[in-house]
Amino acid sequence: MTQLPATTAKKLGLVIDLDTCVGCHACVVSCKGWNTENYGAPLSDQDAYGAKPSGTFLNRVHSYEVQPAQGEAQLIHFPKSCLHCEDAPCVTVCPTGASYKRVEDGIVLVNESDCIGCGLCAWACPYGARELDQEEGVMKKCTLCVDRIYNDNLPEEDRQPACVRTCPAGARHFGDLGDPESDVSVLVAERGGFDLMPEQGTKPVNKYLPPRPKDAEPEIDILAPFLDPVVPEAKGFLGWLDNALSSMPGAK
Amino acid sequence: MHPAPSVIIFTVFSGLGFGMLFWLGLGQPLVVSWTAFFFYLIAYVFAVGGLLSSMFHLGHPERFLKAFTQWKTSWLSREGVLSVATLIVMALYAAAEVFLYTQYAVLGLIGALLALGTVFGTSMIYAQLKTVPRWNHWTTPVMFMVLSLGGGALMVGEIWTAIPLLVIAGLAQLAHWFLGDGQFKAAGSTMESATQLGSIGKVRAFEPPHTGTNYLLREMVHQIGRKHAQTLRILAIVLAVVVPVLLLLVFSSLGHWVAVPAVLSHVAGVLMSRWLFFAQAEHVVGLYYGQR
Repeated sequence: MTQLPATTAKKLGLVIDLDTCVGCHACVVSCKGWNTENYGAPLSDQDAYGAKPSGTFLNRVHSYEVQPAQGEAQLIHFPKSCLHCEDAPCVTVCPTGASYKRVEDGIVLVNESDCIGCGLCAWACPYGARELDQEEGVMKKCTLCVDRIYNDNLPEEDRQPACVRTCPAGARHFGDLGDPESDVSVLVAERGGFDLMPEQGTKPVNKYLPPRPKDAEPEIDILAPFLDPVVPEAKGFLGWLDNALSSMPGAK
Repeated sequence: MHPAPSVIIFTVFSGLGFGMLFWLGLGQPLVVSWTAFFFYLIAYVFAVGGLLSSMFHLGHPERFLKAFTQWKTSWLSREGVLSVATLIVMALYAAAEVFLYTQYAVLGLIGALLALGTVFGTSMIYAQLKTVPRWNHWTTPVMFMVLSLGGGALMVGEIWTAIPLLVIAGLAQLAHWFLGDGQFKAAGSTMESATQLGSIGKVRAFEPPHTGTNYLLREMVHQIGRKHAQTLRILAIVLAVVVPVLLLLVFSSLGHWVAVPAVLSHVAGVLMSRWLFFAQAEHVVGLYYGQR
């Protein structure tokens, strides 16, 4: 049903560390790989090897340049997928009941056999987390790898979302953000984790950790260029080599 | 937003069809027999045709019956339920007029209210979206409803009802455009709020997530025709309101045929205005791509 649950037993979600993400897109690839072969319709590509490739992705990495008032610009890699909002506008607009938020863990899912592919949920999402698959005509979105995290057939260390499992930098964390004692909740509290576009009132479960402050550039004496060079000339073996090479034909 | 022809045709023609049903339900004009039959035929072709057109943009139109289930939360579902209820009630009312030469006024009143409710439902599909600030405004339902009432009155030949309503529709359209122009800024979403990196400095999109385009950009960051927006606005208001009103005022004494060019002009103008409604709407997701 498209009525949102008043509360959910757990609030499973991701914490993404913008300080640590190196922008390698490994999470994008592992997400596409897992979700093409598992839950629901595959994530299709159109014209994949042609001039205008396009395809369905549940997770995409943006890169932003942020220019402080003073100092160097910073490059910040910014992975973005469904934030599994508590007040998910994508769920309530769905006319068929295909979109729902699970009471037990708060995961927002699409029942693809009920989806008519009207696209209204994608319009309702401020984050661009939902994409209509052009091959299957149904809405695709991050499932938080619901088919991994509860999957007893997988070794225990693999029972987390594919993007988290694959991240080589350790920039992605998975856990229960409804439990204030959980590792992810502690991390969010310590690092000052934040919501994206809070003015939209969606109350995202996923949190982002801000980039840590960068070191200030060391102060350089303005007279530095006028100081004597510390090593005026090479001596010993290197001095001989320098002389020998300089006397060869073609040397400057 | 992507101005999909199926959705433009759906909103324009179902708006006109349900507008006609509203006036017919109120008994304005009171019609029976063949006259009634042809009025209802046009109204149903427009209303049902519009609804069918909306199904062309679905990924799975064969599952459309499921869309009637979620009326508790979904405006799209409510619009579907209301439209079917209107069509059933008005079919009974029309049958009585056409075959029995009888008006069941209460039935007609219910049908008229349902018809207006349907148009309100259509408008709320768009007006409910906080992600599109231009639509998320009271002028959206007002404009949709007054255009439908004005166009409907024009179609059923209620000239002296149509003239003031078309003028009001024109004013509602202007309000929607000019108040709408400031809505995105007023909503307060920026690249800094989208990324929450504003505390560090000014945010600029450095590298998109992919080399090509994607569904989100095609559907919601669609930038087309904005260069000609002002010209199209003038043309739309002239065709939808000014020309029909002048034709009705000046030539109405010449007979019913004046309605034909007035209707054609009105429909062309509303189609243009509805195209702009989508083409000019900016979705906040564009901010993640450094665009609107």
